[in-house]
Amino acid sequence: MEFNLKIWRQQNAKAKGHFETYHISGIEEDASFLEMLDILNEQLIHEGQDPVAFEKGHSGPVSFDHDCREGICGACSLYIDGRAHGPDDHVTTCQLFMRHFKDGATITVEPWRSAAFPVIKDLVVDRGAFDKILQAGGFISVRTGSAQDANNILIPHETAEKSMDAAACIGCGACVATCKNGSAMLFVGARVSSLALLPQGRPEAAARARAMVAKMDELGFGNCTNTRACEMECPKGISVDHIARLNREFLKAKFRQ
Amino acid sequence: MADKLISKIPDGPLAEKWTKRKSEIRLVSPNNKRKLEIIVVGTGLGGASAAASLGELGYNVKVFCISDSPRRAHSIAAQGGINAAKNYQNDNDSVYRLFYDTIKGGDYRSREANVYRLAEVSAAIIDQCVAQGIPFAREYGGYLANRSFGGVQVSRTFYARGQTGQQLLLGAYAALNRQIAAGTVTSYPRYEMMDLVIVDGQAKGIIARNLVTGKLERFGAHAVVIATGGYGNTYFLSTNAMNSNGSAAWQCYKKGAYFANPCFAQIHPTCIPRHGDQQCKLTLMSESLRNDGRIWVPNNLDDVKKLRNHEIKASEIPEDRRDYYLERRYPAFGNLVPRDVASRAAKERCDAGYGVNETGQAVFLDFGDAIKRLGHQRVAERYGNLFDMYEKITNSSPWEEPMMIYPAIHYTMGGIWVDYDLQTTVPGLYAIGEANFSDHGGNRLGASALMQGLADGYFILPVTIGDYLSHKFAEPKTDVHTQEFDDAEKEVQEKIDRLFAIKGHQSVDSIHKKLGNIMWDYVGMARTEAGLKTAIEKIDELKKEFWSDVCIPGSQFEFNQELEKAIRLADFLEIGKLMAYDALNRQESCGGHFREESQTEEGEAKRDDKNFMYVAAWEYKGEGKVPELHKEPLKYEFIEVKTRNYKD
Repeated sequence: MEFNLKIWRQQNAKAKGHFETYHISGIEEDASFLEMLDILNEQLIHEGQDPVAFEKGHSGPVSFDHDCREGICGACSLYIDGRAHGPDDHVTTCQLFMRHFKDGATITVEPWRSAAFPVIKDLVVDRGAFDKILQAGGFISVRTGSAQDANNILIPHETAEKSMDAAACIGCGACVATCKNGSAMLFVGARVSSLALLPQGRPEAAARARAMVAKMDELGFGNCTNTRACEMECPKGISVDHIARLNREFLKAKFRQ
Repeated sequence: MADKLISKIPDGPLAEKWTKRKSEIRLVSPNNKRKLEIIVVGTGLGGASAAASLGELGYNVKVFCISDSPRRAHSIAAQGGINAAKNYQNDNDSVYRLFYDTIKGGDYRSREANVYRLAEVSAAIIDQCVAQGIPFAREYGGYLANRSFGGVQVSRTFYARGQTGQQLLLGAYAALNRQIAAGTVTSYPRYEMMDLVIVDGQAKGIIARNLVTGKLERFGAHAVVIATGGYGNTYFLSTNAMNSNGSAAWQCYKKGAYFANPCFAQIHPTCIPRHGDQQCKLTLMSESLRNDGRIWVPNNLDDVKKLRNHEIKASEIPEDRRDYYLERRYPAFGNLVPRDVASRAAKERCDAGYGVNETGQAVFLDFGDAIKRLGHQRVAERYGNLFDMYEKITNSSPWEEPMMIYPAIHYTMGGIWVDYDLQTTVPGLYAIGEANFSDHGGNRLGASALMQGLADGYFILPVTIGDYLSHKFAEPKTDVHTQEFDDAEKEVQEKIDRLFAIKGHQSVDSIHKKLGNIMWDYVGMARTEAGLKTAIEKIDELKKEFWSDVCIPGSQFEFNQELEKAIRLADFLEIGKLMAYDALNRQESCGGHFREESQTEEGEAKRDDKNFMYVAAWEYKGEGKVPELHKEPLKYEFIEVKTRNYKD
């Protein structure tokens, strides 16, 4: 297969970015999107050795975040043809395969676009804001060694499954990137809901919701206007029901205040 | 210098050793803990749980990871589960049995005392994780569910769908976040350790590269903990994450920490087979699939030929033309034999010409019977996400046709040598989780990596490190403006400058692929003396090629992924060579290390306990010099050493 790739290039956080277009051929249908980018980078490394290209300010290989390449670490991102993680549903970019594209297509690749996720280089953004939100309260305050026997806390099968549905969030940021308001409500909702569903998480449920929402606002994420775009684009299919549960916990916290 | 290899195993009965050691360890008072600084490198299960627990104790902790967030560490990708001797199933499990299974699974090349302690603390890990809110699978009555795993005959594995590693890591990460918020831990994401700094023979800090700015920075501490995982990516293609690397461990080795059993690498039997040569990563399918899936190839070459030509589908091959070779060869354990045994059996069938895809390197993992027996819904509950993942990658549905699998490099049992306290041969330097060598011997059982990472991080290191630090609280904070730090930073800077000066023609990945091929061909599933010697020669040549022809675009004071990879590959080239040395020295077959010269008539691995019942600990002797081998004899006082038997 062959493609024209229109890729966002940006030297660093302060530099102005622009699109560059590259042609690539000889790609197998079974290659993943990131393997295709690996091949492009191999090509760019060789082109960059040409002194003429170098003089013209050849941009070199494209930087992009990636790690596990099996859809679980949440490192890979990429806004592909206007969709977070590309045209396939409920996958991360590393699980996107070239058979989902038309041979000869032009594919546009951008970084996550969000005020809260500044670009570091090319397609790499800083998602440190997610860590900060979780540091504000995304945990159960238990110290190592304090726990009772695991089977003393009974949790119905369905409850554990629901909690797991929310806990499946990989923190990739697709929800924020796809939201027209740049809201992190699905991310926050997933964490708050996952813990609030469990008896261990109840004591801090209200305080957790309040603290995480406050931090989210402080870090420049937008508000939720229920467009449900996040749910559509979440690679793990996390439901907006968890936002509803977050809202319940948040309101409870407000009333208590 | 053999006296450095003092394992510090406490005397007394096996079951009392850990209690005894804990009672001997000196304590550090809370007001003194505040004065002590600890560096933790790596934020997988070991690093995150250690940093969080040390922070809770009141130490000043700095934690480093190469990713944008601690949550990305490769522990996140562990699928199947975590073992614990809870005996919730009433199937006669016990601490002793978990200990015994682990020692036997490791083919009698791990320390009794360490493994017993691991089994002993395993139950507390589950308690801790449940308290953190990890949504483990539950029975309908609300009690915790278990599944069984390879190499054992009880059900002791706890799991959260096929995402157990993710959930456990998010638990440890949450505990870490709590400490970051409390101010006891400072987090440094997108920082990579570049060297260990030693002052007066003790680990006192690190040089790290800020991966965003490219600047080298100095960090001092009273102790350094390495939790950076294994070196499986030496093989280029592995199930490890792309950025997993052995560099931190290698820096420690070069600064005097002994490296133990480097040749013990685990080849996981159930991975998605390779396709083409553009691939950069192999995907693991959880071992838990072997609970209900049956592994087979046709028993005749005619069907094999038809399969390869796509003239017939696997599901069309009747029972009497199938060879369920694991059930045939190992009736007692069947499809649940340990990983090394299952991998070699797959290779044996494929080498004999029975591989079921075009490359001849694939066998079937079939859920046809399980779907009939359990029904669609229960199979979906257990394995749904794994089936989806398989289908996404291969475009073939396991509901209709059996999966195709083949072994791939997955985990390294070898690592930095540590004593019972998890301290390396460098005072003040500790290694935990996959980065050390201590618990899995020649082969790790499934669902035990998570157990070890968390055992080390939550329950062992936070106790044992106190013994060292109890002597250090009077020492002031480590000054990073000393000759030792100057020298270490200069050395790193010169290495980076040298790499940029090469201006060659080959990309880092293209050289890494060549290394991977050498490793897989000669230091892979079957090894021979001649092959290993060839590997050493070829790696030497490739190292020269790397240092004269690698091309690193861009500059060093920016975010530069090619430079990151180049620095790591420079180390992989040296690690690969040490692996080959160790494999050459170990003239026996044991666990994941199979020397063709040492096998039974039936083709099973043949250990040589008389000559090789020891830990091979290698000491770095300088650039271009042959490393020195030190032997730590393994003594089995409490169990009888036997030939591993999974047949009856």
